[in-house]
Amino acid sequence: MSLCQKTAAELAALLSNRDVSAREIALACIARVEAVDARVGAFLGFDAADFLAQADASDARRSRGAALGVLDGVPVALKDNISAIGQPLTCASKILSGYVSPYDATVTRKLREAGAVVWGRLNMDEFAMGASTTNSAFHPTRNPWDTARSPGGSSGGSAAAVAASMTPLALGSDTGGSIRQPAAHCGVVGLKPTYGRVSRYGLAAFASSLDQIGPIANTVVDAALLLQVIAGGDPFDGTSLADAVPDYAAGMRAAHGPWKIGIPDEFFSDAPASARSAVEVAAAFFQGRGDTIIPVSLPRAKHAVAAYYIIATAEASSNLARYDGIRYGQRSTGATDATDIYALSRAEGFGDEVKRRIILGAYVLTSGYYEAYYLRAQKVRSLIRDDFARVFETVDFILAPVTPTPPPRIGDGIGLLEQYLGDIYTIPVNLAGLPAISVPCGEADKLPSGFQLIGKPLDECTLLAGAHAFEEAHDFAARRPTL
Amino acid sequence: MTSTTVSSKTNKEGPARTDINIDHLTKLARIALSDEEKLRFAGELCLILDYFEQLKSVDVSGVEPSAHPFPVFNVLRDDAAGPMLGADALRLIAPVFRDDCVVVPRIVDDEG
Repeated sequence: MSLCQKTAAELAALLSNRDVSAREIALACIARVEAVDARVGAFLGFDAADFLAQADASDARRSRGAALGVLDGVPVALKDNISAIGQPLTCASKILSGYVSPYDATVTRKLREAGAVVWGRLNMDEFAMGASTTNSAFHPTRNPWDTARSPGGSSGGSAAAVAASMTPLALGSDTGGSIRQPAAHCGVVGLKPTYGRVSRYGLAAFASSLDQIGPIANTVVDAALLLQVIAGGDPFDGTSLADAVPDYAAGMRAAHGPWKIGIPDEFFSDAPASARSAVEVAAAFFQGRGDTIIPVSLPRAKHAVAAYYIIATAEASSNLARYDGIRYGQRSTGATDATDIYALSRAEGFGDEVKRRIILGAYVLTSGYYEAYYLRAQKVRSLIRDDFARVFETVDFILAPVTPTPPPRIGDGIGLLEQYLGDIYTIPVNLAGLPAISVPCGEADKLPSGFQLIGKPLDECTLLAGAHAFEEAHDFAARRPTL
Repeated sequence: MTSTTVSSKTNKEGPARTDINIDHLTKLARIALSDEEKLRFAGELCLILDYFEQLKSVDVSGVEPSAHPFPVFNVLRDDAAGPMLGADALRLIAPVFRDDCVVVPRIVDDEG
């Protein structure tokens, strides 16, 4: 088995035993990208010299007996909206072409402090707006299991890169499902932490009250190892939570259940057969090990997509106002005055979906419509959060589908609302700020499928434990696409 | 300048619910659109706004709005200067940069 196909935990053990060097791992990743990424398109680029320099520094630390942590020498690739000093960051948008990050995101800094080798710029839907990674201004990413299909999105580059063994670990960001949905479509594990558990400093903001950085990995243990490094409060992110960070791997192993697991009727009864079947597979497993399945109800979750597209676009219209062609990014050469610079640079730099959402956000915030749309959506958000809180009075976690449909074929036209409704099972979780993990559970038509576990705030340990129990009893984590 | 106003046509229950003044919106959004784009975007926005109508059926009386999942209040730091990005960092990211300055268009004329 090639080094690239090993899990992060296996690589960490090999490094620790000095059976392999960080440089060998880095070279294996680069060779794998060169061999398969022309067919997948997961990477927008990577800096091989910087990658190898970090790997060499890791090897030097280890030979001095000064390894910085479990992940010292293990590569972690970044979605193209997470800053790494001296490296490009485009959010897969033309408006940021040429931009080079002047500082590290907090997650990047924490990874470096843990010795991890931070590399690569992973493709995404432009500014994380989309669920297919075909809204990239540069090229679409393809699903490694069926390259005619989308890998999902918006963290499709991250999920595809891990699934295709180009990197053992990657970071994505999840505003409405953008970690969990591509992870499900690519047959890997995707964890959206509790809102505030991971600092957003250095993440290019899309919808600040919803965005959360999280791990994409081949196994639940790997996701726990990566979360361990990036979690924690941060003075640079006023919304980050200062609560102590538990030992996730230990917490995961310590939690055995039996659990009370809720299945929301609204996420199940009317779900398409493939979505229901993923939940049934997981429910049968948990029942088999003595857990109790409890039907629950989230009556207001059906309004989550509407509330989300008001809140997220309102926040996006404000956050993306900074891309004005003045301070950074691309400036239109056709502009003659300041107003022109804004309007033309943004017209030339943004793709259609980004323009659509900025304009929609401007509309819902317009005087006269603010109360009818934005304020009402925020109240519906409160009700959805209350629905979850009520359910968590009786269950340990919730079991749900990740996505209603398999990943679309690239090039298939899909209606806007149909696209937006594809996030119907993931969006309520972001509105409520809860942690959730997407776990591979089978294949349909040669494509992976997954289920989702949704947890109480800051209870990532129980989620990891539930996901790990399922993973250990199956061989889905070991399956890799043939490329 | 002509004003492009597009009305929702998908409402089956009665007259159009949504009027969009796309010229005003593109101005607010600071995005230049062609006439063809304006029509297309306005039509798409109507479709989405029609979908949003469902929120009117939710009883939100007495409900507090949530701007954040877990509101955190009074996050303050010491009132002390920290490290800042210098001109060299900005030089790399500004579209036009000269003499340690970001070049911006003139916004006040000579007689101002």
